[in-house]
Formats: sequence, structure tokens, C-alpha cells
Amino acid sequence: MTTRIDKHTITALVEDQPGVLNRISSMFRRRGYNISSLAVGQSETDGLSRMTFVVEGDPETVEMVAKNLHKLVEVIKVVNISSDNTVSRELALVRVNADLTTRSEIMQIVDIFRAKIVDVSQGTLIVEVTGDENKVDSLVDLLRTFGIHEVMRTGTIAMSRGVSFEGDTSGITLGKQS
Amino acid sequence: MKMRGAQIVCESLLREGCDVVFGIPGGAILPLYQTLPEFPNLRHILVRHEQGAAHAADGYARVTGKPGVAFATSGPGATNLVTGIAAAQMDSVPMVIVTGQVGRPAIGTDAFQETDITGITLPITKHNFLVMDANDIARVIKEAFFIANSGRPGPVLVDIPRDVFMEEVDYEEPQKLDLPGYKPTVLGNNRQIKKAADLIRSAKKPVILAGHGVIISRAYDELRELAEKAQIPVITTLLGISCFPEDHVLWTGWPGMHGMAYSSLALDEADLIIALGMRFDDRITGNVKKFSSKSKKIHVDIDPSEIGKIVSVDVPIVGDVKEVLQKLNKHVDASTHGDWLKRIEILKEDHPSLRLPDTDKLIARQVIRDISDVTDGDATIVTGVGQHQMWAAQHYEFKNPCSLLTSGGSGTMGYEVPAAMGAQVAKPEGTVWSIAGDGGFQMTLCELATIVENKLPVKFAILNNGFLGMVRQWQEIFFESSYVSTGYSGNPDFVKLAEAYDIKGIRVTDKTQVKTAIREAMEHDGPVLIDFIVEQEENVYPMIPSGMTVKDMIEEPSSERVTA
Repeated sequence: MTTRIDKHTITALVEDQPGVLNRISSMFRRRGYNISSLAVGQSETDGLSRMTFVVEGDPETVEMVAKNLHKLVEVIKVVNISSDNTVSRELALVRVNADLTTRSEIMQIVDIFRAKIVDVSQGTLIVEVTGDENKVDSLVDLLRTFGIHEVMRTGTIAMSRGVSFEGDTSGITLGKQS
Repeated sequence: MKMRGAQIVCESLLREGCDVVFGIPGGAILPLYQTLPEFPNLRHILVRHEQGAAHAADGYARVTGKPGVAFATSGPGATNLVTGIAAAQMDSVPMVIVTGQVGRPAIGTDAFQETDITGITLPITKHNFLVMDANDIARVIKEAFFIANSGRPGPVLVDIPRDVFMEEVDYEEPQKLDLPGYKPTVLGNNRQIKKAADLIRSAKKPVILAGHGVIISRAYDELRELAEKAQIPVITTLLGISCFPEDHVLWTGWPGMHGMAYSSLALDEADLIIALGMRFDDRITGNVKKFSSKSKKIHVDIDPSEIGKIVSVDVPIVGDVKEVLQKLNKHVDASTHGDWLKRIEILKEDHPSLRLPDTDKLIARQVIRDISDVTDGDATIVTGVGQHQMWAAQHYEFKNPCSLLTSGGSGTMGYEVPAAMGAQVAKPEGTVWSIAGDGGFQMTLCELATIVENKLPVKFAILNNGFLGMVRQWQEIFFESSYVSTGYSGNPDFVKLAEAYDIKGIRVTDKTQVKTAIREAMEHDGPVLIDFIVEQEENVYPMIPSGMTVKDMIEEPSSERVTA
């Protein structure tokens, strides 16, 4: 079998306690796993946060990531949602050069991407874009030609489509094998 | 009931069945120590260095199966524990460590003796806690014990600020644990167990590879039942040694870097490995790609993250070895595997591995054989790390389960003295031999004072070759005998050293004195240290160099230096 190195999305439901992020990042570092993005926020339940990791590696590595995440005492549930049937979104803010000659062109691009301009100043605009990683990448690439000052990205968050299988039972759910 | 934090710690420890604590006081943990006289059932053993407390708790835990408990103060007290905690983590030993921390207002200010010990021990504990409210102590201690000794055991550290020990709160016995993310899978999956039984049924050359998990789950009888019912040879890992009687016809040694050649060869020829509570350590597999390439693998382990970590597995079973074997044994058919067992016998005959050279000189291996003979394989053997460790594992004939205590995963020199102390505390009537090298012994010898103070009759055998022997062996084999920084020319007179501690000291320089000295040690009512002046350049064989395969094994040296 050839090994496939690609990006996988894992979500984890974790206790919202001091040190949890440290524990998780320490595990990633110690085991040598690569996180390409990480997003954390409150979940639907008080006291629990949900994290979305985008991890690079072959499927075996990602399975080990899921197992090692789940091994942490404060991690309640781990789901590998790497499949086509997920919604994944990222939000980015891009501060881009915009003078009188380029402003309208940028606004057109922003329109095409269904992004928004959220701030205008003398020589720059701030563009807000939401979408999957590819969409955000494409817009940032296009804006680069005008000169980008600053990019802020939240990292991907993701959810599987259809009926939730991320209920409150704990355990590991390995997307493709379940 | 109103209680101070320190009292709650003691009360909770007693409630969890703790009766012995190894530790040493200091400023931050003093409020806890000053409370100890109120709890006479909590025996405190005052060690001389915190590393000793951690290893002693480790030795105690391995023997009793209960979490070992250690106390240390903040800062250097806590950091001195680190080696012992890491060793326990690597070998899945349950421990609960309570450290003092600077007072809450001082945390984060670089106060005197402040160290972020929960941060430091994060990757070397199973879990840790910083308790910022005395109301949490009872629950945290209960959770710490539960986490330490359930699932795959490991050390749990509880860091408590000085003022939290002194805080007075309402104490209530915690009724339940609040650990939604911690639910170890104990019972194996029935479908997987049936699949495993099918694989065993169709295997022509199966072997059992039994690890520390068999000892931790005390699955000796179940292992024996499986082996005998299906007539499967039993190979153990280093930490699995003594989980299966070595005088049993199915016992097939232990494999790997310094294991018996026939064990490594049997693994290589096998068509099925039934791996029980073990983790395919690199000292066993060598080159993973070429490890036992003809075999299918059944892997039983309570830690799902061990399955598939090193080798790919045909039938993974997550669960406690004892529970899984009880079910598996019902599905396994009686079998004979006559041809395979004959083949194993031939391997054992052709590759005897552990022959001693015919020599008048005093060699370390002979010392181990003689200790084995005199104690009749009945002692608890505690070793350090290096050549003497491998020789003890090879040449001592273990008759009792859980009778070898050794730092396997982390390879911690200096384990032998304090861990033997912990083992003796756990087994006051048992015979405990600490087998040491002259190198490792000097790393923790300060605990001799603790041993004397507590009247612990530990017997020490120092295999004194004046070298860091295993490192010297690597230098001899891989670095053209360039012995850089491995010779110990400044060793003390260990007999005088023993006497300075009021321990009986015996020196042995001649082969003919060995058994007499061991008997004398056994008859003496108290600790004894024997300084065996052994051949300096004796090597451990067989040897599979790191990352190599069974084909690269050096079974016996071409010219053994000690053959006279």
C-alpha cells in the first residue's frame, strides 16, 4: 500500500480547564505530529470546548493522533471527520493595499468571493472572507498582487453533514472506519 | 467536618488504601509533614534524595500492585523526582506523587523554590493536577488514585500550594469521580476475541509474547492456561520476565538485543505472534521492517495507542490482558503443535545462548547463577541498568511471578538501590536482592542510610568491574575499544562504605568464595553488601546491534576475553 500524505480533520470535545491546550500541544510536539491548523471554541455544552485540528499525515498517523488525543484524561471525544461529507470553514481578515486606482478592482474580487470589506482607510482595506481553506487561499493569493500588509486566519473548523454522530457518548470515532 | 487541606490529603490517602509514603520535607510541603503525626497509620519513610522516593514508590507499587506514594517539596524537591517519574511512566507503574508548591499568591512570580512541576511533568505523567482550592483536594486525590491504577497504570502528580494545605474547608468524602474523558476499555471486544481464536486455531507456529501487562493484570494463570491448552511456546519481554515459570517446558526465554538467541529466532520463524500487554519496544524488534516478517499478529493491550504504533496488527484487542485471556481461553481449541515445539527444542539446543565459559576467574554471570542457586529462584531481584541487568535477567531462574524489578523502558541507572528499598518495604519478610553495577550503585547509594534507618534487610550484590560496563562494551564493539570516560578508577572501597553505614560488607575476589558469601548474606539478619570484584571486560551476549535484525546477531564472541 502506498502511503498517502494529506490533510485530515479531527475534532475533539475537551474539558474547558487551564492547561488542556498545553497538554494537547505537548502531545503533538512529543509524538512529532504536524498540526497545520488548530481552532478552539466553546461547544454546545457548558464547561466543554471543541477543537478542530487539521493534521498532515498518512491515515495510520492520523489514527495514532486520534488515539493519543483520546488518551488524554481531559479529552472526552475524538472524531476523525476527514471525508467529503463535511462542512469546513475558516475566517480570514486581510489588510491589503488599496489606492484609488485599485480599490474598485479589489471590490470586484471581494464580490466574486462573497467576501466583505470591513474597514477602509487612506491606503488600505480590510477584507473579511469565510470559506473552506482553498477558497481563503485563492482570495489571499489574488489579493497578494495588490500588496498584503497582514493576514489573520482562524484555522479551520469543521462539522460533518447530515445527522450528528458526534453525540455525547465518549470514545474515538474514526470517520472512515465507523 | 472542618479540616485543613493537609489533613484532607492524609485522610484521602488512607481512604485509598495507602499505608506507606516515601518522601523528604521542605518549605512548601511542610504543612503536610506537620500533619503526619495526626495520622499514625500513614507510615512515612524519610529518603535521602527525592529520586529515591520516586524509585522506592515504584518498587513498592510493582510488588504490591497498589500505587506507590511519594512526597516532595517544591522546586528542586519536585525536579529531583523527575527521573523516577519518567521511569514509572515508561514502565506503566502506578504512583501518586504529592508535591508542595509555593503559596497561591506567589505562583508565577519566580518565588523561592518555585518550579512549574505540572508543566515539567506533563509529558512524563499519566496525568497531573495543580490544586488551587482545598475544596478540590479530596476529589483530586481520589481521581489521582483511580487514574494511576486503572487502564494502563502510570504516575499521577498532584501539586498543592503551601497555603492550600493550610486552608480550612468543609471535608466531605467524595462520592464519585468526575472524569468524563477517562474510560479505559477493560473488556475485550468479543468479535475480535473470536477472530483471535480463529487465528490461533489455524496457526502452525504460534508464539506468545508476554509483556509487563501480564504482570500488571496478574494474568499468570490465564497465560498458563492458554499456553498449555494450545501448546504455544511462551516468550516474554524483559518486563514480562517471571510472568511464566522459567522451569516450564513451554518457556522459551526472552528475545531482542540481549535476549536468548532461540527466542529471537523463534519469533523470526513464527507464523503467529500473540502479543499480550507489551509494546514492541525497539530492543525487541530491532529493525521493525524485518521483525518477524512471516507472522500475523494478535495484539492485546489496554492502551489503544500502543496498537499499531510500531507494527501493523491483524487482530487488535483493546482490553485488560486478564479479562481478554479469560474469554479467549474459552474459544481456543486444545492443540499440540508438535512439529513446532520440536523445532523450538532444536533451536534451544543449537543456540544455547547462556553457556558460561570454563574459567577460574570471577565472572559476573557466575555470581548471578550462584545467587539464583542459593536463593532457589525465590528472591525478588531488583536491578539497575546495563550489563548486570541483562545478566540478572538472563541467568537468574525466576520462579515467582513479579520477581524481577527493573527499569526497562527508560533504562534508569540508580533504580536498583531505592527500588529494592521499596520492594522490601512491600515485602518485609521476602528476600530482596539488589543487583547493581559499580556505576549505577553510586548514583543513588545515599539511600543506604534510609535502608539502615528502617531496618530493611536488603542484600546488595555489586558486580564491580570498574567500568560503566555496557557503555564500555559498545565502545569495544562499535568504537574499536576506545574507552572514553567509562573507566571508574576512583571507586570507593564498597566494603568500608557499607561499614560506614553500619551495613555488613563482604568482598569477594575469587570464584570459590561466591556461594559462601551469598549464604553468609542470606543468614545475616539485616542489610548486607557484597562487593564482587569481577572480570573487567566481560561482555553480554547474545547481542543484536541496535536497529539490526536477528540475522545480525552476535551469538557468542569469537574470542571471549574471559576464557582463560
